Amino acid sequence: MLFEVFKRPTKGIVLKELILKEINDLIIGSLGITAFIALFMGAVVALQTSLNLDNPLIPKSLIGFAVRQSIILEFAPTIISIIMAGKVGSYITSSIGSMNVTEQIDALKVMGINPLNYLVFPKVIAMLFYPFLIAIIMFVGILGGFLAAVYGNLVSAQDFIIGIQDNFVPYQVLYAFIKTMVFGMILATLPSYHGYYMKGGALEVGQASTTSFVWTCVTIIVANYILTTILL
Amino acid sequence: MIEVKGLHKSFGDETILDGIDAKFIRGKTNMIIGSSGSGKSVFLKNMLGLFKPDSGEIIYDGELLSEMDGDRQKELRENMGMLFQHSALFDSMTVEENVMFPLRMFTKMRRRERQERANDILERVNLVNLNTKMPSEISGGQQKRVALARAVVNKPKFLFCDEPNSGLDPKTATIIDNLIQELTHEADITTVIISHDMNSVLEIGETILFLKDGIIAWEGTNKEIFKTENEAVTDFVYSSELFRKVRIAQNKGL
Ligand SMILES: Nc1ncnc2c1ncn2[C@@H]1O[C@H](COP(=O)(O)OP(=O)(O)OP(=O)(O)O)[C@@H](O)[C@H]1O
Ligand SMILES: [Mg+2]
Repeated sequence: MLFEVFKRPTKGIVLKELILKEINDLIIGSLGITAFIALFMGAVVALQTSLNLDNPLIPKSLIGFAVRQSIILEFAPTIISIIMAGKVGSYITSSIGSMNVTEQIDALKVMGINPLNYLVFPKVIAMLFYPFLIAIIMFVGILGGFLAAVYGNLVSAQDFIIGIQDNFVPYQVLYAFIKTMVFGMILATLPSYHGYYMKGGALEVGQASTTSFVWTCVTIIVANYILTTILL
Repeated sequence: MIEVKGLHKSFGDETILDGIDAKFIRGKTNMIIGSSGSGKSVFLKNMLGLFKPDSGEIIYDGELLSEMDGDRQKELRENMGMLFQHSALFDSMTVEENVMFPLRMFTKMRRRERQERANDILERVNLVNLNTKMPSEISGGQQKRVALARAVVNKPKFLFCDEPNSGLDPKTATIIDNLIQELTHEADITTVIISHDMNSVLEIGETILFLKDGIIAWEGTNKEIFKTENEAVTDFVYSSELFRKVRIAQNKGL
């Protein structure tokens, strides 16, 4: 399937429009909900760390450190990708699946258009912008932690910022973005596959979306483990 | 011209097409008739390459479909128009965008020209003022006509229509039948129409194939179909009360 996606490309100008539409649907359309979740997750990490910090020898700046590490290493790339599997993953499966059962894909084939290129390639390209979304999420998550910590009087703003800068390893950010790219490609292709190769009617479209969500999550979680083993 | 030779197709152990030989002639409206579930749509989808035949050959103007490479097939397909039984309109596009789609993909026309052509053709299928509606906002019969407009807008050399007038009132159905016939004669294209509407058969059945039990059980023209003694055909044709009455009247010499 992956090979087919890049074969017999669609006319350039049409493709450009399709890509812009997918960027809008998949990336920009997800910004609101993921940022909202990130803001509160950052806040909760700050609260939790603070609540579990009863040893006076450990500096308060650890709160900032904990927020930064958990948001950048796992929350933004992995957990947000799982949320995306629910949001854009099932959207992709159901939209391609319903085109499948209503013969719209056959209509493309009859016209000599490669449906995999027409439908999936723009999604793959749009997901190249996924790291930008995740970068924003990282910022918003840490901001959430900062607001909760400072306005909840858990730690002073200075200490939190010291914590954020503490023991900063740029490679970890690279690691996070490599993961993000891989998860982005999984999000673009696996749900497309489930929609494209499903058979049946409207009921099966719903089932395909559910199956696709489960498999996308499992794949992301396993890939996360493998990538972490290799990269760190 | 399209030729079909020894076409077989089964799903599991259910044989749908059991050795079909047929010719579809250029410049004529070629009809495939047969009862519901007899395999008409499956036959058409095999001709279009949407299903892979178990055996047999599909030949477009002397060229085997199975031996065309990707580029050649793409070229052929740009010259094909297909009206699907359930319309298969792109539901993320408006009526107008659906009709303009083939022009957009395969011609260098500007937007204005595309729009003009789309409007012309929408007028010919008797649809005006629906341009900006989505497919889900129009009726089934209207969807059918949009799908026909999309199928013919890029002046195909091969036109396939799966029940073009099912779900249409008799007057609109006649308009559509006549349009398909006109386009076929005007542009000298090869047209294949599936139908079980006896009115259409009578009107535009220039060649007729009767599909039954996986084979072509009868073939002829609309002049011949009402005279044949073939029991399967008469059974099919005169299951309509109206045609039975006409037949009785004919026999009485009225
Ligand atoms: N994709 C498929 N998989 C399995 N069986 C199929 C498939 N498509 C069609 N069939 C079977 O092939 C037979 C013929 O179906 P087809 O759609 O060609 O009928 P038809 O002659 O077009 O009928 P109608 O006039 O109602 O449209 C049916 O019994 C159907 O169950
Ligand atoms: Mg049918």
